[in-house]
Amino acid sequence: MTPILDIQNLKLSFKSMGHKVDVLHGIDLFINAGEKVALVGESGSGKSVTARIVLGLLQEIRSAKISGDVSFNGTDTTSLSRKQHAALRGIEMSMIFQDPTSSLNPVFTIGHQFTEVLRRSNKNLSQAQCDQRATQLLNDVSIPDPQRVLSAYPFQLSGGMNQRVMIAMALSNQPSLLLADEPGTALDVSVQAQTLTLMRELVADYGTAVLLISHNLGVVREFADRVYVIYQGRIVEDGPTAAIFANPLHAYTQALMDAVPRIVGSGLPEVPEVSDAFLAPRISHGGAG
Amino acid sequence: MIRALRILAANPMSLIGLLLVSIIILAATFAPLLAPYPTHNGAIVDFAYANKAPNARNWMGTDLVGRDIFSRILYAFRISLTLGVVVLAIAAPVGTAIGLLAGYVGGWVGAVLMRIVDVFLSIPPLVLAIAMMGVLEPTLTNAMLAVTVMWWPWYARLVYSIARAEREEGYVLAAEVMGAGTPHIAFREILPNCLPAIVTKMTLDMGFVIIIASSLSFLGLGVQPPTPDLGSMVAEGARYLPDSWWLTVFPGLAILVAVFGFNLLGDGLREILEVDE
Repeated sequence: MTPILDIQNLKLSFKSMGHKVDVLHGIDLFINAGEKVALVGESGSGKSVTARIVLGLLQEIRSAKISGDVSFNGTDTTSLSRKQHAALRGIEMSMIFQDPTSSLNPVFTIGHQFTEVLRRSNKNLSQAQCDQRATQLLNDVSIPDPQRVLSAYPFQLSGGMNQRVMIAMALSNQPSLLLADEPGTALDVSVQAQTLTLMRELVADYGTAVLLISHNLGVVREFADRVYVIYQGRIVEDGPTAAIFANPLHAYTQALMDAVPRIVGSGLPEVPEVSDAFLAPRISHGGAG
Repeated sequence: MIRALRILAANPMSLIGLLLVSIIILAATFAPLLAPYPTHNGAIVDFAYANKAPNARNWMGTDLVGRDIFSRILYAFRISLTLGVVVLAIAAPVGTAIGLLAGYVGGWVGAVLMRIVDVFLSIPPLVLAIAMMGVLEPTLTNAMLAVTVMWWPWYARLVYSIARAEREEGYVLAAEVMGAGTPHIAFREILPNCLPAIVTKMTLDMGFVIIIASSLSFLGLGVQPPTPDLGSMVAEGARYLPDSWWLTVFPGLAILVAVFGFNLLGDGLREILEVDE
């Protein structure tokens, strides 16, 4: 089976004024159809840029030098033109972000924005068809009063509602891959838990594969089938979620798990900021594929 | 809409602005019906009544060749408003398009566009207009052209700064992720977020355009006699101050009322549309 997303030896550096900064040092990662994979790491480890390369957004920045293979559904995306890559976005792959409210345009109603997204895949949809489909999608994300939400503006809804709207929108064209960049980090924990449950159910229904980008180990453990741990632009450990959480082998993964504050109140854990052991070679637990 | 009216009502100054602007627009539109001497907007001479102070027959007096000043002011409003509307109708969209492109696309395209804008902004506006009018024939069309050329960069600058800020908003990234192209994002996503500021600036600018246009015709570079224009009326009468005060005071007051009205209305709009300074 060809994976939905297969990244081989992906390298990224930013070049400006003759000064080169390496960001990714060769990432290998794959996601099978319908699989939920998490990419975990601290800020600046290269999680978000990886997602942006998959979407083809970083390729448009002149200073970004990218090498390696990213194939999506068996096609090599490096060979795609900007236009072809853009045509995949919103239809074959989509993304949801940390802060749902700012991801929606404040001057248009939710219904209007749904219509635009739905017409991306089928230009001939009538307004009535779009409304009907949007209503159904909002029902799917358990929004109680879809009609009211469709005629509302983003700032009239709560963060949790907007997050559901974003999920419904991202899944509205039934993409084969959903990139979730720290979804709900801007929301409070209980709402975050609800949206995760919802997302898990929906992607199972739609058969969508998910790349979850997060620094929150609790979220990852609940949501993902497989985990990649990324540190300073390198994958340091990967494997099925259960195996990694039961038996973290790499020094950085162990440090990451130790860094989670416990609710019992023994103070913040002592974790070294840098350590040579963090740069040790990749450890793989095997797993799917 | 109801909220807009309530804010307007709660702010008496903007209500006065709305009233003044409405009166001026009505006066300009119905000038032929309202003016006591509609023919006086042209080359009419009536020396029997020349240079008369305000009286029952001519409420604002008559000019040096006996034309009714009140009638001529009503017609002059037509010229001022037309000029303002035409100038802004060209300058605002042109400036907005350039500002949006420069702000959203950025890079060298943005740099080149904004440096061109800077060149225009570095020349004092009236000087640029005077220089242009010195080369061109002094007609209404050329006056509009001159004022438009000096006006669009201000819109480019305004929209550029808003677009730069909006470009970093999540919804722009979300739209990119959804596969929207550059024109769609610039004009369908970012532009609607700039509109309140643009509309407010247009209202405030109506007053300034009227002043600039009047300044041009005061200098003899704008609309030519016998077409009535507030600026040239003030210029003609200036030589006869203070004896024939009505020649300058009433056209001057008319400019004041027009500019004041648009400024008050613009301030009110800024409050309603919640535009930040």
